[in-house]
Amino acid sequence: MTTAPAQAGWRFRQPSVIPGFGLTLGFSLAYLTLIILIPLSGLLWRSAALGWPEFWAIATDRRTIKALEISFGTAFIAAAVNVVFGTLVAWVLVRYRFPGRRIVDAMVDLPFALPTAVAGIALTTLYAPNGWIGKLLMPLGIKVAYTPLGIVIALVFIGLPFVVRTVQPIMEEIDKEVEEAAATLGASRFQIITRILFPGLAPAIVTGFSLAFARGVGEYGSVIFIAGNLPYKSEIAPLLIVIRLEEYNYPAATAIAAIMLALSFVMLLVVNLAQTWSRKRYG
Amino acid sequence: MADPEIKSYEPHHESQSAAVTESRPARVALMTVAFTFLGIFLLLPLIIVFNEALAKGVGAYTQSLSDPDARSAIRLTLLVAAISVPLNIVFGISAAWAIAKFEFKGKAFLTTLIDLPFSVSPVISGLVYVLLFGAQGLLGGWLKAHGIVILFAVPGIVLATVFVTFPFVARELIPLMQEQGNGDEEAALSLGANGWQTFWYVTLPNVKWGLLYGVLLCNARAMGEFGAVSVVSGHIRGLTNTMPLHVEILYNEYNAVGAFAVASLLAGLALVTLVLKTLLEMRYGAEIAATRGH
Repeated sequence: MTTAPAQAGWRFRQPSVIPGFGLTLGFSLAYLTLIILIPLSGLLWRSAALGWPEFWAIATDRRTIKALEISFGTAFIAAAVNVVFGTLVAWVLVRYRFPGRRIVDAMVDLPFALPTAVAGIALTTLYAPNGWIGKLLMPLGIKVAYTPLGIVIALVFIGLPFVVRTVQPIMEEIDKEVEEAAATLGASRFQIITRILFPGLAPAIVTGFSLAFARGVGEYGSVIFIAGNLPYKSEIAPLLIVIRLEEYNYPAATAIAAIMLALSFVMLLVVNLAQTWSRKRYG
Repeated sequence: MADPEIKSYEPHHESQSAAVTESRPARVALMTVAFTFLGIFLLLPLIIVFNEALAKGVGAYTQSLSDPDARSAIRLTLLVAAISVPLNIVFGISAAWAIAKFEFKGKAFLTTLIDLPFSVSPVISGLVYVLLFGAQGLLGGWLKAHGIVILFAVPGIVLATVFVTFPFVARELIPLMQEQGNGDEEAALSLGANGWQTFWYVTLPNVKWGLLYGVLLCNARAMGEFGAVSVVSGHIRGLTNTMPLHVEILYNEYNAVGAFAVASLLAGLALVTLVLKTLLEMRYGAEIAATRGH
């Protein structure tokens, strides 16, 4: 009996005195399967049933490619904007003390709480040519509403809390003594930020970027109002799925959805690799 | 342990020495940029909702909200949330119990699967149910033969809402219950409590604030969901229009006051959610798991 681990062998679960394992795990699995897994595999099954030639024809349709380009392109730009401003907002919230900090901090979560359709019509009204902001940009020749730039604006709104809320807790954990040590050794503030603070924050920034990007790619509600939805110009992939559905073109809707899922999956994989890399390099 | 010498270093350590913060002009500049950004991107959209809703006076505002279609949209939204949120509470507690209280193979994989709906576009969340239950869907023929209506009706809207709000309660409770460990439950059991009593009198009181936190976020999303619900609802006015869908219809009909009036209720819900969430974080920060960011 002294070699207990060897004798224990493979075990599905560790023994425990707490009851209810079978009931809770069984219910959770059944619910997960019914609500999430069966419907999602239905989508994969339907797109596999299309057959390669039909799938390829839909995937290489110019309108499909354009819509995917617009979705992924605008989401990338918006996530990049959020990396810059989200990190800055997190820095201000963590490092500086000012009246109303608690309120500003709570406000950052507004895009999580505000329904996307409400955000959509609010942003459209602001950036329309006669809106509060649109009116100011008009003389400069910048059109936001009903252009791809409008999509970027909506996705910046949607993605901001993802970056702030990922970077903020890591910033709070930074040990100030390291900065002090660097300063006593003669490092300038700029050197401290780029050489000491940034490497520690890089993995969190990458995570925040990827969360904002993934959310932006799939976003629908806030974008369709401001985008103008011109095919080949400002039509996002989720909208194209809805349009194909309304045409009862189920194969096309299914194929575009499958492509989006696959691309998002590849992206997550790349991000995970990037994170492992940055953790190895900076961690 | 209360070494006076160490104590005396405290204030010095707390004060921001010039070496570990930016110069004053730099700080002012950074704060100005951050506040301007937040003002333009967060504050202005919120202000314009209420501004537009009240653009033609309070009379027009209340009239828009007493419109029968608006009323039925509000009722449907409340109904859908009242069904889907409790479903996800039961699931969240059950999944958290299984995952946090036991060690079993494939646990990490299960946790990943629970988060899956967050990485799926809302439109796709609706589409999967259309493919399953629609006329050309896998179960469409069988449902029709038995006279069961799911799509373009309340059951479809509930299902799509359950899908998009699926992870909220579970992902709040799992880390919290893991952090708390099994000690309290084991003590209760050894004192003769049965499993149900242990859960009801020991575990639930321990996680109640975290649970409330998850429910708050789950509810906000359930009432505000647009993409997934839009795909499965069929947009039948007065019947299958939730509040966000009603906002869209009114807006596309150039009824700005009507659209923003309904939108203002949703914005109000968002503000109430944020206030309660902040209060929970302030009062019970330690009792809500250290997992922010969604």
